[in-house]
Amino acid sequence: MKQLIYDIVIVGGGPAGLAAAIEALKEGVERILIIERDRELGGILNQCIHNGFGLHTFKEELTGPEYAQRFMEEVKEKHIEYKLNTMVMDITPNKVVTAMNTLEGMFEIEAKAIILAMGCRERSRGALNIPGYRPAGIFSAGTAQRFVNIEGYMPGREVVILGSGDIGLIMARRMTLEGAKVKVVAEIMQYSGGLKRNIVQCLDDYGIPLKLSHTVVEIKGKERVEGVTIAEVDKTGKPIEGTEEYYTCDTLLLSVGLIPENEVSKQIGVELSNVTSGPTVNESLETSVPGVFACGNVLHVHDLVDFVSEEAAQAGKNAAKYVKRVQKDLNTLDEELMHEILLIPTQGVRYTVPQTIRPECMEEEQVIRFRVGDVYRNRYVSVYFDNERVLHKKRPIVAPGEMENVYLKKEDILKYPELSQITIKLEED
Amino acid sequence: MEHNLICIGCPLGCMMKVEVEEGQITTITGNTCKRGEAYAIKEVTSPTRLVTSTVKVEGGNLSMVSVKTKTDIPKNKIFDVMKSLQGISVKAPVHIGDVIISNAADTGVDIIATKQVKSVNL
Repeated sequence: MKQLIYDIVIVGGGPAGLAAAIEALKEGVERILIIERDRELGGILNQCIHNGFGLHTFKEELTGPEYAQRFMEEVKEKHIEYKLNTMVMDITPNKVVTAMNTLEGMFEIEAKAIILAMGCRERSRGALNIPGYRPAGIFSAGTAQRFVNIEGYMPGREVVILGSGDIGLIMARRMTLEGAKVKVVAEIMQYSGGLKRNIVQCLDDYGIPLKLSHTVVEIKGKERVEGVTIAEVDKTGKPIEGTEEYYTCDTLLLSVGLIPENEVSKQIGVELSNVTSGPTVNESLETSVPGVFACGNVLHVHDLVDFVSEEAAQAGKNAAKYVKRVQKDLNTLDEELMHEILLIPTQGVRYTVPQTIRPECMEEEQVIRFRVGDVYRNRYVSVYFDNERVLHKKRPIVAPGEMENVYLKKEDILKYPELSQITIKLEED
Repeated sequence: MEHNLICIGCPLGCMMKVEVEEGQITTITGNTCKRGEAYAIKEVTSPTRLVTSTVKVEGGNLSMVSVKTKTDIPKNKIFDVMKSLQGISVKAPVHIGDVIISNAADTGVDIIATKQVKSVNL
């Protein structure tokens, strides 16, 4: 079997993989390989033809393909190597990557560092327990998006959407513009997980009703979807009898959440978080396996690609630093003995990324990204160093659909040499 | 006349009421900040949107190319602009910024490509 050697292998050529590669090169590592399973770089941005990308990164509003193009051009200008139509099959804890494509067959790559940038997958019908047959016409919103925007096919003419995630909202507008009738969007929660802007510009603009606390209880049709029944749910999520409404439709789109795609990470033996479904990482975005880094939606699902790029750049930089340490043959044992601080999310905060910090390895300033578990108004985001409150920031509203962050300074943390845990929580006053 | 709006300026999503009498805005209520007021005035007097879609490509490495209106267009012209794209196809190669339709639906705004498509020899 063919054997290749690279310093850094990046799994995934979407926004995370591209930004990680560019930054790793800037940090002085040259033998970088991006492996992408699709026929082009850019990942899911290629099918996100709507605008609203890049406001943070480029201070202008771009469409998904335009945003991707900027990074793709830089990768090509800097001659960073990539392989398209190539699937990673396995990665060992010693960082031997097994991949395959139709031109080279199966081959192995020895890497000094790995960056996981595989993105996420949509939660499927199987995860939802909707009874009934398995007729044609049921698509995840992202699959429908690919059909319409990349392949040029309309999945159907009369549409009901379950779940009000951003992709579902975007597809409600997209299919309406292409002549379909989107009858209703049903959301089981009392609030939408989508951005306000999308609710206004994708639903309200076209008079598409959003039914909160509603779900699909029955799908009619054996060969093809003929209609769905939607019912209101109580606080526990159970359908309320007598509230059923029937909608004729030929298509049901599901926009019911995204899950980081970590099959390869599991093979490496990387420890995963139960909350994010992504790897647990330290301040360097390094997983539990030394030299294996993670960034973007494989680490935790983001709402804005700008923050994916920012996070991936950090992973790329740290992977490059790791490679340089290995090349100098420095003893990495020192690192394993380093003082490690646990980050504890509690009181309304669901998770943090990273999950641990080694003060000695921190940048001057470290971003801690987190999500809350419910919609809260007029709360304070508080950070405690052990029992001492060091940050208390008023927020008029926080919601599960909007990722939050706090910045911690290295100099502040170094003032507490005995610090064992940092707690992030929401407080009423 | 009364308009009910949800502000899109931030996650707060203020529910705003705008009173209009004889074409003039008389009161705006429900907003928390100045941005909300500006948004309300724009939405009630001259709402605009950017429109994005796709068109077919002949002889390219991809079969569709994504496009957008170069700038915002009046909201009530969205479907006219979509209609102008019906049946349109372009020949590869296509570059970002290439004009696909000029002055789409008499809006004075061009529709431009947002993706690069290479040509392939069949």
